[in-house]
Amino acid sequence: MKSNARELTISILKYNPHNSNSRPTMIEYKLKERPGMSLFLALTTIREKLDHDLAFDFVCRAGICGSCGMLVNGKPQLACKTQTKDYKNGKITLMPMPAFEIIKDLSVDTGKWMNGMSKRVGSWIHTSESTDIGKVERRIDPEVAYDTFELDRCIECGICVASCATKIMRPEFVGAVGLNRVVRFSIDPYDERTDADFYEVIGDDDGIFGCMSLMGCEDHCPKEIPLQQKIAYMRRKMVNQRST
Amino acid sequence: MKIHYCDALVIGGGLAGLRSAVAANDKGLNVTVISMVPVKRSHSAAAQGGMQASLGNSKMSQGDNEDLHFTDTVKGSDWGCDQEVARMFVNTAPKAIRELASWGVPWTRIKEGARTAIINAEKTTIVEDPDVNGLIHSRDFGGTKKWRTCYSADATGHSMLFGVANEALKREIEIQDRKEAISLIHKDDQCYGAVVRDLITGELSAYVAKGTMIATGGYGRIYRTTTNAVICEGIGHALALETGKVALGNMEAVQFHPTPIVPSGILLTEGCRGDGGVLRDKDGHRFMPDYEPEKKELASRDVVARRMMEHIKKGKGVGDGKESYVWLDISILGREHIERNLRDVQDIAKTFNGIDPADEGKAGWMPVHPAQHYSMGGIRTDRTGQTRRKGLFSAGEAACWDLHGFNRLGGNSVSEAVVSGMIIGSYFADHCKTNDINISTNYVQEAIRMQDLELDRILTLEGPEDIFEIKARMQDIMDNKVGVFRNGIELKEAVTELEELYLKTNEITIKAKNKIHNDELTEAYRVPKMLKIALCVAKGARDRTESRGAHYREDYEKRDDENWLSRTLAYWRSESDTLPELEYEPLDITTMELPPGFRGYGKRGNILEHPDSAIRQKEVDSIRSKMVREGKDRIEIQEAIMPYELQREYKALNYRVGDRT
Repeated sequence: MKSNARELTISILKYNPHNSNSRPTMIEYKLKERPGMSLFLALTTIREKLDHDLAFDFVCRAGICGSCGMLVNGKPQLACKTQTKDYKNGKITLMPMPAFEIIKDLSVDTGKWMNGMSKRVGSWIHTSESTDIGKVERRIDPEVAYDTFELDRCIECGICVASCATKIMRPEFVGAVGLNRVVRFSIDPYDERTDADFYEVIGDDDGIFGCMSLMGCEDHCPKEIPLQQKIAYMRRKMVNQRST
Repeated sequence: MKIHYCDALVIGGGLAGLRSAVAANDKGLNVTVISMVPVKRSHSAAAQGGMQASLGNSKMSQGDNEDLHFTDTVKGSDWGCDQEVARMFVNTAPKAIRELASWGVPWTRIKEGARTAIINAEKTTIVEDPDVNGLIHSRDFGGTKKWRTCYSADATGHSMLFGVANEALKREIEIQDRKEAISLIHKDDQCYGAVVRDLITGELSAYVAKGTMIATGGYGRIYRTTTNAVICEGIGHALALETGKVALGNMEAVQFHPTPIVPSGILLTEGCRGDGGVLRDKDGHRFMPDYEPEKKELASRDVVARRMMEHIKKGKGVGDGKESYVWLDISILGREHIERNLRDVQDIAKTFNGIDPADEGKAGWMPVHPAQHYSMGGIRTDRTGQTRRKGLFSAGEAACWDLHGFNRLGGNSVSEAVVSGMIIGSYFADHCKTNDINISTNYVQEAIRMQDLELDRILTLEGPEDIFEIKARMQDIMDNKVGVFRNGIELKEAVTELEELYLKTNEITIKAKNKIHNDELTEAYRVPKMLKIALCVAKGARDRTESRGAHYREDYEKRDDENWLSRTLAYWRSESDTLPELEYEPLDITTMELPPGFRGYGKRGNILEHPDSAIRQKEVDSIRSKMVREGKDRIEIQEAIMPYELQREYKALNYRVGDRT
């Protein structure tokens, strides 16, 4: 088994914006492939054995936490879910996701961006009711709860933002993640906001009317959230708001 | 040197930390949360299957209440837990879940009418009453009398974490991520905050507060094979331990989950078995009923993990030697159920193993083997979450206020995280409101300078050892000698070898000399801390000559209540020490609501009983029968048997539908 293991060539963009001497440079690393190797294992091995200074982010390494989005041969995806065996010639190029502030090498500040987005769209339940937590909970239609959950599955990995052409043209574009969040709260029975309220937040070209339906977001979403359908649904509602 | 002042400092931004921050904010305090990662990426998100709370809504959970949840939790802990803490917890859990619902956590809801479920590998029809339509649903989990685990499909932790994090954003709580606490600031037995390293710039600064909360999760990464995220390294525990005054409790109590997928060790939720999935051996035989006729696949985790290993040792595993595993079969649940309720499981199996578990028959079986999963042990606190250092609190998996004893039940982890955030968060806030910061700026600056000097010292070390290799060897020792089955000889070796490794952390050379973006330097200050934790686990396990919960000794197979009904306390008295000092804190049977007995699963006749158990049982029985005769209700009876303190809002009654209390 070991003697047959092929050699992987992984090229990584290295750049440290905090160091004025640093220039973006592609560095090539060669390592032996192991059975069932993911980019999590490959990058960890590179950092342990070949380059202690290489920066990247992993937390759960199971596709749940959304930390490790990066461009793999040009496509934004979660590195932990990327298997090296799927690259036939054993050559893989890794770059940081665009659209986010770069920290170093493959590490980008999605956390800061997502917090900004969350605050901008009011990513929490808006309600005037106070809940007595000793009492039986409010009833929610099981299908509505499921639909809300479906959209709540977003892990804020930033891949939809990195896949989005609008985002490149309009730096303030709220992204599919932000629009999805608005739809999620708009169908959540606990949230009292109306379409008019949401229009205030996303009723412009940096919001729902900026999307050009190029579908990069949905194509790459690792949680397979039906983003285009949900954006279209929200756009229809917002168009109605505009005409009223 | 920067000093950041606040009323309340929370280290760790998972469920326990964020909920504590909300509690402190609700009391008008200025709170700062620091986290190594963006908080929504915390390991709480990885909890899949659900949260236990005795709502008693669904058909299979009718009749559930705090008493049953309490009994299951104490039995699960193998009588190692603090029963008053268990009472505090079970009474608050229903309130926690209802609060989370109002914060937008999309719990799976009950639909009235008939549905098909798989129970004991057979199709069964369950009919839900119209009066529970739309209420929060629950599924079955191991070691529970009722179906009590509430869930949102199999991304429960994710939904809960986002719900609580969003509430923190709404309250404009200051959250700073990519920040790591590397030591605590303390003076005259009081804690005043932490020295913090910025993981982007490398800058050291001080965060000074009236109270400090450690909510940094578990220490699973001292093992190689673990379901834990890479950040679960026990650094928070080490910070508390290094004060010299704060003990770590029951560190040898380490949970091994039965069903992580092979070989990556990524978790497949207990919900797989709760929803009706079964374990099969190399012949396709469902073997758990042979060992556990009553609970089968749904005995507690420690028992199921041991039974799997026992079966593998008999040569019934798939594959040979150490790589041998068994199958988890959920294909019998049907594609529709899997794609709705177990989608992350399906995604994991597809991505990492190329298996679609919804495929019928053997094609859908997933290879599983027990791996480290949860840390029952942690920073020892009192029932308010405070340690022996005034102002230093701990909550969640990081802490040992002692809800779980020697084994945690599935579904009680995220539940504890939120509940302890509510209860301890509130006590913590009270402390911060009534105490002041009494240290000088000079003292704080000196604390920063000491840490800076320590990093300089590490950079000047010159020796033959490599810090990454030391870490890998530690993880191998823990896997091989401090695992599911333990014995005195291997544990003794483990302690000796870990101590040697600890000494070798001073015989390394760091190749690059820069203080930031130097992963080798980061490992060089973290790994000695991890080794301290590993030593607490291994020495605690070596000296505990009994089997209790997840701590199983091949050479001492019985639970020994007479000698070992006690909590291990590990101290690191001085920085020059190379081993922890162990003390024991006895558990008092004479005040227990549920005196020690048989758990209802696991081997029978495996207990060395304490004489007080029978005496106390008699006492409890007589109080109960007398009060029943007098027409007292279950809450009055409980209060008479084992009174406990809890904030009034959490001690209040939990109402259930149709008042089926």
